[in-house]
Amino acid sequence: MIELEQVYKAFGNNRVLRGMTLRVPKGTSTVIIGGSGTGKSVVLKCIIGLLAVDHGRITVDGSDVTVGDRDAFLARFGMLFQGGALFDSMPVWQNVAFRLLLGSQKLSQADAREVAIEKLRRVGLTPDVAHKFPAELSGGMQKRVGLARTIAADPEIIFFDEPTTGLDPIMAGVINDLIREIVVEIGATAMTITHDMSSVRAIADTVAMLHNGVVQWTGPVQDLNNSGDPCVEQFISGSVDGPIEAIR
Amino acid sequence: MEHVLGSIGQQVLRALAAVGRVTMYAFLVFAHVLRPPFYLREFKNALFQVGWLSLPVVGLTAIFTGGALVLQIYAGGARFNAEAVVPQIVAIGMVRELGPVLVGLMIAARVTSSIAAEIATMKVTEQIDALITLSTHPFKYLFVPRVLAGLITVPLLVGVGDIIGIFGGHLVATQSLGFNSVTYLQSSYNILETRDVVSSLVKGCVFGGIATLMGCYYGQNSGRGAQGVGRATKGSVEAAAVLILGANFVLTSLFFSV
Ligand SMILES: Nc1ncnc2c1ncn2[C@@H]1O[C@H](COP(=O)(O)OP(=O)(O)OP(=O)(O)O)[C@@H](O)[C@H]1O
Ligand SMILES: [Mg+2]
Repeated sequence: MIELEQVYKAFGNNRVLRGMTLRVPKGTSTVIIGGSGTGKSVVLKCIIGLLAVDHGRITVDGSDVTVGDRDAFLARFGMLFQGGALFDSMPVWQNVAFRLLLGSQKLSQADAREVAIEKLRRVGLTPDVAHKFPAELSGGMQKRVGLARTIAADPEIIFFDEPTTGLDPIMAGVINDLIREIVVEIGATAMTITHDMSSVRAIADTVAMLHNGVVQWTGPVQDLNNSGDPCVEQFISGSVDGPIEAIR
Repeated sequence: MEHVLGSIGQQVLRALAAVGRVTMYAFLVFAHVLRPPFYLREFKNALFQVGWLSLPVVGLTAIFTGGALVLQIYAGGARFNAEAVVPQIVAIGMVRELGPVLVGLMIAARVTSSIAAEIATMKVTEQIDALITLSTHPFKYLFVPRVLAGLITVPLLVGVGDIIGIFGGHLVATQSLGFNSVTYLQSSYNILETRDVVSSLVKGCVFGGIATLMGCYYGQNSGRGAQGVGRATKGSVEAAAVLILGANFVLTSLFFSV
């Protein structure tokens, strides 16, 4: 269970999170939606400890994320960055197998490569990609390599920052299925950020709408169409008129 | 007046704060050397990048400098019939000062800039964040291997530079100034004391540490975007060059002020 209680985070005068509260039960899939620049990526970075919050508390299974053994904490997580964040100095398979090669498991090169190729297959990439460098891949392929790296060590808690952005609809479907599969079969806890409403419906148990630094609306994905919340309605319809300003 | 003093004071305070931060940073890097894990593959790669690949530029710098030095000292010495001391002065000048300083500055240009640009790019593309989420400490994985490689390889490069510089001088002296090859080398060798050589290598070690540390420090503290990377690179080279020259003065006065 991940819990955020009254979390505040500002960058200078830019007050991004303003008392955000959210609970993500174990083994469920939560999707965060919200306008561009509202702080969705910042939320994930705060939970995993890449950014320190100004006020408030974030706990994972009851223990504060800022105290305790960082290595043991991070070992439970996988995170897909919005920009992929692949290591451009190493080939794709080493990216995917990074944790397996250097982490506590320390697999042999051959074993790690095998796992990497298997994970690449799961995100719809062929084995010949394994020996290329990230710069040789298209944007969507890089995203999927990032996804393969995120799930390579079978983490319990997985953050996906826009996993289907830049993918064609078929590949997006593959990735949606994969995320769903990881949650249902392995029982992982997933938090996903996406702007793609069909993706929201495919992978979410719960949806949380971030607006003005707080969770404006949250509820089960079935209630999305009759949320009664003007922000959510505007988001689904994609209308320019509504509480979410078009110029931010 | 008050205004001027105030702004000078502010500058001084800012400079002191920067020195404090860099010192803290250096301590952090060295603290991480002592605690496992140690990334051997990264370290070997850094040895190759910092040491081996710098050899050509170091060799060329040294050979031209040694050659020019001989011409200058010969011309200067001729004014009071002291042409005979050319080999000695070139050897001392090269080993004590020019070898370490020029190699240090070339390393600042070549290695500091590339480390800063690489790490800054990793930072702005969130690769360092990704490293952290993959349970890998950037100090251990990125900074320790590079700084250690600088500490180990730059003194060796300085040693190589010293020797090549002396031979560059020897080449010019024998080919165009009519010096006898054997006596030239003999005089160069005889004049050098252990202290000269040790000071040269110690300087190399310190400069290597400064150069790599500044690359890592500026890279890690880079601003966002391409402009951030550019600023980090420029700042790292400036800082490394100035610190190397400053450290050179301090080390020279420690070794030779007696
Ligand atoms: N490291 C940082 N330093 C300064 N400001 C930051 C930093 N990270 C994020 N911000 C600011 O915080 C705000 C929220 O950023 P964030 O990346 O979380 O947006 P987002 O909701 O993920 O948007 P998008 O949907 O476009 O990805 C933005 O105004 C951004 O400028
Ligand atoms: Mg984002």
